[in-house]
Amino acid sequence: MMVRRIAVILTAVSLAAAAACGKKAPPVARPAPPPPTTASTTPTPPPAPPDPMREPIVPAEPVRDDAIASASLDDLNRNSPLKPVFYELDSSDVSPVGQKVLDENATLLKRYPAWAITIEGHCDERGTAEYNLALGERRAVAARAYLVAQGISADRLRIVSYGKEFPFDPGHDESAFAKNRRAHFVITAK
Amino acid sequence: MKHSILAGTIAAAVLVGWPRAQQQPPPQPPPTTQQPSELVTTITGGDGAPPRLAVPDFIALSSDAETVAIAKILGQVLWDDLNFEHEFAFIPRDVYASIPKASSFAEVPFDRWRELNADGLVVGTVQKADAGVKVEVRLYDVRSRRSVFGKEYSGGAAANPRRYAHIVSDDIHLSQRALHGVAQTRLTFASDRDGERMKNTVQKRDVKEIYIADYDGERQTRVTVNGTLNVFPRWSPDGRSIAYTSYGKGTPQILISNIFQATREEVTKGNDENWLAAWSPDGTKLCIASPREGRGYTNLYVINRDGSGLRKLTNHPSINTSPTWSPSGAQIAFSSDRTGNPQVYVIGADGVGQAQRITASESYADKPTWSPAPYNEIAYTARTGPGNDIKVIDMATREVRQLTFGEGSNESPAFAPNGRHIAFTSTRAGKKQIFTIARTGKDLKQLTRSGNNEHPDWSAK
Repeated sequence: MMVRRIAVILTAVSLAAAAACGKKAPPVARPAPPPPTTASTTPTPPPAPPDPMREPIVPAEPVRDDAIASASLDDLNRNSPLKPVFYELDSSDVSPVGQKVLDENATLLKRYPAWAITIEGHCDERGTAEYNLALGERRAVAARAYLVAQGISADRLRIVSYGKEFPFDPGHDESAFAKNRRAHFVITAK
Repeated sequence: MKHSILAGTIAAAVLVGWPRAQQQPPPQPPPTTQQPSELVTTITGGDGAPPRLAVPDFIALSSDAETVAIAKILGQVLWDDLNFEHEFAFIPRDVYASIPKASSFAEVPFDRWRELNADGLVVGTVQKADAGVKVEVRLYDVRSRRSVFGKEYSGGAAANPRRYAHIVSDDIHLSQRALHGVAQTRLTFASDRDGERMKNTVQKRDVKEIYIADYDGERQTRVTVNGTLNVFPRWSPDGRSIAYTSYGKGTPQILISNIFQATREEVTKGNDENWLAAWSPDGTKLCIASPREGRGYTNLYVINRDGSGLRKLTNHPSINTSPTWSPSGAQIAFSSDRTGNPQVYVIGADGVGQAQRITASESYADKPTWSPAPYNEIAYTARTGPGNDIKVIDMATREVRQLTFGEGSNESPAFAPNGRHIAFTSTRAGKKQIFTIARTGKDLKQLTRSGNNEHPDWSAK
């Protein structure tokens, strides 16, 4: 998701840059057009410079409120508006970035008070299978505690730890590990 | 379906009293008068070396294809079973061909086996019987030409001739070396080999089911059909049930599968999470880990097998998990992160007193498993680098020895019931697979190859 968002930004930046270049060149360098074959005395005006402000803006995430309200639970979870929180190795501390994610999740949970969610705790493969059950639990608990502190009722937030049994990225490198150390949010009722 | 096939096979064996064993009349004393009489029934090697055995294929007393095939399997499996404990040296099989095959106990060419420096010779016969086959086995002292061990085995279950060899091997180890062999024991583990996916999840998640296999990895059989995440199986002390952690109802709970009755029991239920059941040595109780108090703490609880009588064993604001009982049942070893990363501790099974820390020099130690007597050791998983390795600590001297050395990542050790072998999970061959290794670090053997296989446990019987 992060990668996609960066790509979106890069695309927007390059489009803007291209537009900026295009704006200068044509009106200055282009000679006056040859006279038309048909009778007309007024010269054709040069094309209007493109307006960089009108460049198409790539939408951030195709999630609109009405879409959320009408989506099925599966569709909602497939492209979930609730973002995961990621953790450091052996840690269940919620980082400043994680807090921001949880703030956004809390906003959504307030907007949709009927939602009930399960917070899943997950771990990377470096810890042991046995200890990771408890570590995943602690990660899910940390996320829940933060949401409760934002005013979300604990009754809406169930917890389950999967340890390292369900990695999101099957890879064996740090980029995979980083994705697998997470609290993952599943909407179970709406 | 699989339950009933398995149960049927075992039940049939029990009903006909298989295997029946008949002890032969005691052998005659050897010619030398200096030998104490209690040594006459054991084979010895020269100069304290292990006895050198020859184990040729068994003799088929009828020429039908089934009997001939069973005779061949028995000799080969018995060789592997006996070799597993290293109590004997073996005359290599490829030189057996130079020796005329005996067709009965009366025609054994002892002189030729003597030329190969064999101390002992196993001769077995197989014949059809009313129910299945009859197997007769003798172990000869090649020098005296006397039988020092002889038994007859009969009953049904020609369907699994390997089991005859396993029983013979355990009998020979017990009579010759006073050793409890593990040839009849089994392993249990979790596997995703069937490629099934969890239902009702957006992410593709593999089902894991509980499997059992013979100690040598043969006859791998699925036990559970839950279609969910079933993990961390543990054999009951009587070898008739498996407790495991199942996510079938959303939260992880402890279930028991009674594998010979195809029945299932719920030890825990409800919204609280429960993991990692460990049987008390008498089989009446389970120690489990649960984060039920909330706040991210996990503590140990002891619960009766029927789900009654839950009591809290540890009470510490940290993670306390991975329980294993001492062989006497008086103590429980576990891991706790009360000082940072997890370390191994021991506490009385009554929960009274302070937990005593066992691992001193590890950055991260989990999944202790207490060895059976006569050893008093705890094997555990230690973080040694990017991955984990299996180590063993002697509880008397606190000396640590390492069994694996960074070949993939290695974890989840489980002792064989004689304490001489350890099953564990390793990624050295790619996916997670079950391996066994001797407590000395030798004899590494891969048992599984299909899918991911993990969380092994070794049956006591």
